[in-house]
Amino acid sequence: MDYLYLLATLLFVFGIKNLTSVKTCLRGNKLSQLGMLVAIATTLVVMTDISWPIVAGGVLLGAAIGAVIAKRTPTTSMPEMVAALNGLGGVASAFVAMADLLQSDVMKKDGVSLWQTGAIHALSTPIAILIGMLTLTGSFVAYFKLSGRKLAHPVKGSARHALHALLGIGLIACASWQILATDGAELTISTVAVALIASILGVFLVLPIGGADMPVVVSLLNSYSGIAGAASGFVIQNPLLIVVGALVGTSGLILTQIMCKAMNRSLGNVLLGGMGEESVAKDAKDYKSTKAATPEEVAMLLEGASSVVMVPGYGLAVAQAQHTLRELGELLQKRGATVRYAIHPVAGRMPGHMNVLLAESDVPYDQLWEMERINSDFKNTDVVIVVGANDVVNPAAREATGPIAGMPILDVDQARTVVVIKRSLAPGYAGIKNPLFELPNTLMVFLDAKEALEGMVKEVKELGR
Amino acid sequence: MLSLVETLGTATDPMALEASNVFLTFFVFVIASLLGFELINKVPPTLHTPLMSGSNAISGITVVGALLCAKAGEGIFSQVLAFLAIVFAMVNVVGGYMVTDRMLASFKKKAK
Repeated sequence: MDYLYLLATLLFVFGIKNLTSVKTCLRGNKLSQLGMLVAIATTLVVMTDISWPIVAGGVLLGAAIGAVIAKRTPTTSMPEMVAALNGLGGVASAFVAMADLLQSDVMKKDGVSLWQTGAIHALSTPIAILIGMLTLTGSFVAYFKLSGRKLAHPVKGSARHALHALLGIGLIACASWQILATDGAELTISTVAVALIASILGVFLVLPIGGADMPVVVSLLNSYSGIAGAASGFVIQNPLLIVVGALVGTSGLILTQIMCKAMNRSLGNVLLGGMGEESVAKDAKDYKSTKAATPEEVAMLLEGASSVVMVPGYGLAVAQAQHTLRELGELLQKRGATVRYAIHPVAGRMPGHMNVLLAESDVPYDQLWEMERINSDFKNTDVVIVVGANDVVNPAAREATGPIAGMPILDVDQARTVVVIKRSLAPGYAGIKNPLFELPNTLMVFLDAKEALEGMVKEVKELGR
Repeated sequence: MLSLVETLGTATDPMALEASNVFLTFFVFVIASLLGFELINKVPPTLHTPLMSGSNAISGITVVGALLCAKAGEGIFSQVLAFLAIVFAMVNVVGGYMVTDRMLASFKKKAK
């Protein structure tokens, strides 16, 4: 049966490998699904003292809930959903460690402590519970933040760090107590304490992190859920969980690193809350000269444009305007213009979020251009349409200081005309002013993205008659 | 089911059993971590979200651990925990894979 577990592991490895290339990604996901099937089936076959009501009920209920969620989630809300699923994976690992503890001799017999079962086993129990619970609550805070709720940390300034440090010390103390406890009551209390403190810490750690940094947090939590799985693998001494958990743990870390690089921020910086929600600059709404335009005026501009670049951001997703944007793009292309879509690596709420969104609304794959490829082309572009993006086109990033200094941006300001569709002059996630809006070649369309794009589509059609 | 671990740990004393495979399990963990690191070193940004979602579904592998905990004849608390762990992990697995498929299918259509 070990060989079937080995097969499952190999399927996961090749699955992940294939997921990293556009050509093979669909096959990659199928391979990893097959791996999961092999892993679950093997486990059910080899288990001797299985409790069928629990297993059948749990598997069917979980699969049904998962299927319903997956079917109902719109593409725009996928980042939140990944965050929530992550949290569930984390708590499952924590529960596995707790259930194993309840079934072990350590709990059933007095006078035996976790430590006596060996260091790795003893340490992995509190680690699985700790990381699992922290992943759960942290993920759900990320979930709420990504769904647009403003949540603030109740404690400010240095008191916050003191509070976190205190919780951290409490956590280590309770975990040590759990490892050394020899009677069942003490073990129960210390285990519950570890779970509770870790849950609270998970909330507090994610709360102060600004919305702009949420992709990094989700990615890091993705890594954590893998590590929690590996830790629970150490608890029940299952090599499959250890290997696969480790694979997911490192994949999450790499993604996190890639995202941090894209935003030119260090991970430590993000986690210590360098750019909090509350740090909205005072002059963020202080604009002197902006030029407003109507969809009609923009349509006339597009009429004469031979190269157009669309820059989508999260606002596009919120307004559900991706299909209208594609329609406008097709229309302009039929009229002979070159239409491309510039994708900033962290546009949206997750890296690649815009790719998914645009691909789903049938934008041709070869029209999606990545930042490095398109940046040198902006100076030859007639019209850039920025839809619901802000920080990723903010020229303030080129300055030496400021919250987003050094972050790579799309150089849209080099285009002949920049049209920004935005409901108001409110700052983006970084909470700072965007000098782009004041440039002489920038036109602001103060409308909901869908409304504005529909207006443009209508006008372009009229002009074409 | 774990004949690998059991064969290695045929010692009678539980502490000895642990000691004999402490290094092995940790070794496997380290190598697997390095493998994961190398596996996804280069990914086009297009695939970041599907990869995150796909590997998130894989982290639902903890369902195997949850199933192994669902033993007959254990106490009510451990059975409740095992049941909840199975449910949560299955939501993660099924939801994660289905959403990833949805994303990738929309790519596939256009990538031809």
